[in-house]
Parts: sequence; structure tokens; C-alpha cells
Amino acid sequence: MSDTPVQDKKTRYQRVAYYPGCALEGTGHAYNSSTREVGKALGLKLDEVRNWNCCGAMEVKNIDPKVQTYLSSRVMSIAANEMRAQVVMAPCNGCYHNLKKAEHDLAHDPASREAVERISRQAGHPAYRAGQVETIHALDWIKHGIGEEGLKRRIRSSLKGLKVANYYGCMYTRPRHIFPEKDRGAASESTSKPHFMDDLLEAAGAQNVDFPLKTACCGGAHTLSDSDTSTKLVLNILRAAEAAGADVIATECPTCHSGLEMHQVRAEKVLGEKTTVKMLYFTQLLGIALGLSPRKVGVHENVSDGLAVLRSKDLT
Amino acid sequence: MNSLAEIEARLEAFAPQPEPRAAAQALVAVAEQVLEHWVRARGEVPTGERKEGFRLLALQRQGARGVPSFNACRESCREIAYHYNLLNEEPDSALAAHRQRMMAMLAKHLLLFVSGKMQVDGLGEFCCASRPLRLE
Repeated sequence: MSDTPVQDKKTRYQRVAYYPGCALEGTGHAYNSSTREVGKALGLKLDEVRNWNCCGAMEVKNIDPKVQTYLSSRVMSIAANEMRAQVVMAPCNGCYHNLKKAEHDLAHDPASREAVERISRQAGHPAYRAGQVETIHALDWIKHGIGEEGLKRRIRSSLKGLKVANYYGCMYTRPRHIFPEKDRGAASESTSKPHFMDDLLEAAGAQNVDFPLKTACCGGAHTLSDSDTSTKLVLNILRAAEAAGADVIATECPTCHSGLEMHQVRAEKVLGEKTTVKMLYFTQLLGIALGLSPRKVGVHENVSDGLAVLRSKDLT
Repeated sequence: MNSLAEIEARLEAFAPQPEPRAAAQALVAVAEQVLEHWVRARGEVPTGERKEGFRLLALQRQGARGVPSFNACRESCREIAYHYNLLNEEPDSALAAHRQRMMAMLAKHLLLFVSGKMQVDGLGEFCCASRPLRLE
């Protein structure tokens, strides 16, 4: 599936199984609503995966990686076997990463296949087999389902004048081997310098700044166990974005997004370091550019006050 | 070799230098020292080899052997190398000061990442701001 021609992807991505994942029902609610609203505005259809479960996140993986593989495989099994879907779209980097990893393990590791078959049998549903569905990120969905030219034609409120640092986080591109479709030429995503979010927001009129920390670690895994390190990592990202001239940091992961927002507050409280750059999901920015109201895409739900910067650019 | 705390303080106080090439050289050396801390803490001898012309990249590869999650700092190292090249190729650029600042921020990110990893892996209390997890 990694070699699927772009035109085929355009057709395939018009209607996809949607796996929001746990975070998008909690702290990432605005990412969920803005993804759905942008899909509607672009004419892309989402069918939520029925009775979906946690992908295993980071916690289960640390205890039993095979159980994590099973949990992710169950989501893909429902999409493939119950919904007859060809494509699963996961907007959360953690979910996306785990589904891709499960796909890879099931294709290459007999022990993972055996574990998934055994647990699936006990759970009473068909085991997922590698290759039954293609897992994509929300960035792939819009980039290939609509494309920059298609997006430009639909723009009603250009993001012109808005300087954006695009932050992808670490799980969208790592480890490389679970993303065989990446690094395959100009039309594909790059694992070392990802650009799909840059491409889409530029098509929406934004000015992307040169931001060398776009895939740098935000300390998400340490956020509870070692908050101070996480705060310092985030503060460095925020400072770099400001030094690059960004008004906002565009995000595409609920964990990264809330980490940047929470540690921005914490950096000011604990370290006395104030930064003013705002965080907005890329789907919120695209929604605004497509003429949706800030409320419709959940800007009011963000911790960081993105509304003020949108107002200052006449985008509300 | 400077401690990680000393390196952090130095990077925190970094200001662009009038000679961009010298600044780039110094910042790469600092980043190498950070990775040397990680390699030594794992009981290995830091490599003197180069990858794509940079010892920094060879050290990163050495540090990631057996620890795939250490690759989360690979792109930061590559960006440091990229900024080094920019400063060397275009020392008179109007962006030279900005590039130095960015390079220092990248080096600081590498330091924070390595400090956090060392803490989590119980390799020592190298980051003065981190709580020693293993003692809690």
C-alpha cells in the first residue's frame, strides 16, 4: 500500500474509518471537533470506528508490547472486517504510531501474529491481518485527499500575515521503519524534515517560519514523572519558535499540543519564564481559513489564547 | 570535560559572536560533549569517528546503539550540523546571528534530552533541575 499512486490515494481518502483515540475525547477535544468540521467543509467523509478501544498508548507498551500490538490491531480489525474500510485515519500521533507499529510487527514478527490471533480468538473477533487496511494521519488525509491546489480553491479567509512554526513532535516520523511510505520522493512525507503541515498551511496562506525544532522531543513521556525536564524542553521549543518569528505553533498531536500549552504555563509559574507564542491545531487553522468560526473549531477550548492572535490578523 | 550543568549554563548565556565560524565550531564541540556524557555513562568510550563529516553524528549513532529511543535526538543533531554548515558557508549572511542563536537552542535541546534520558535510565543525577527518579 505504500506504493499507492497519489491519484488512487485521492479517491481512497474521500471516505475513511476515523479513529479519534482517547485523547481526542478529553484534552484534545478541540482537535476532534476541528478535524470533523474541516472534513465536512472539504467534503471528506469520516466513519468513526465502532466500539474502538485504546491503542495501548505508552503505558501498555511498557508492560507488555504484545498486548499493545493486539489493542491496536483490534481497532484495525473492526475497520477492516466489520466496516469493510480500506483506510483508517488517526489524527493523534500516539495512535497513528501504535497502529503503524502493530501493522509492521504483524507483517514481520510471527510471535506478534501468534499473540494477536490468540487474544483475538479469546475476545471473539477476527484477528487483524497485516495489509487489510492502510493507516494514515490526518495530515495524509488532507494532503492526499484534497491537496494544496484543492485547498487553495476552497480558502475563504486566507491566513496571510500569520507566521507559523510547524511542530510535528517525535512520533509522527519515528522510528523510520514503521513508515515505509515516507522518504519516497518529493510527493511523500520526509522523516527527517516533515513538510505536510507546512504545505497545507502555506496553501491556506500562512507564512511558515524556518523552525529547526519541528521534530524535537517535547518531553511528553516525562511529563508526570519528571515535569521539570519536560518544562525545560518545552520552553526551549517555545523560545525557538519565538526566535524564528512565529505568532503561533501549529500542532498535529493532542499530546504535543497539551504538553506545549501546559508547560508554557508551568514555565512561567515555576521558572518565571514567560513566552507569548500561541498553540493552535493545524485543523483549527485550516478551519479558520475555510471560513469556519473560531468557536466551531474549538479555539475557545485551547488553554493558550489563540483567539487574540487570530483577531490581530483579522481572522475572526 | 564540563558537567552537563555547566554546559547548560553556558548555553543559557550564549550570545551571538562576531566570528560566526568560530561560534559554530564551539557549539558543535559543546554538542559533542553532551553526547560524550551519554556514551561514557553507558560505560563506552566515545568514538572519534565521523559520519557525514561530523563526529557529532557518529556519537549520536553510537549513543543510539541498543537504545532506539535515543534516535529522538537524531534530527536535533542533524540540524546542529546543518546550522554549522550554514554558518561556515555564509559567515557574512545577515542571518548569521540568528543562526547562531538557533544552533545554541538546538544544542540546549540536545542537552535537555540527554539529561532527561540519563535520569530515566538511572545513569546518574546529571541534570540539576531533575528529580532523581530512582531515589523516589
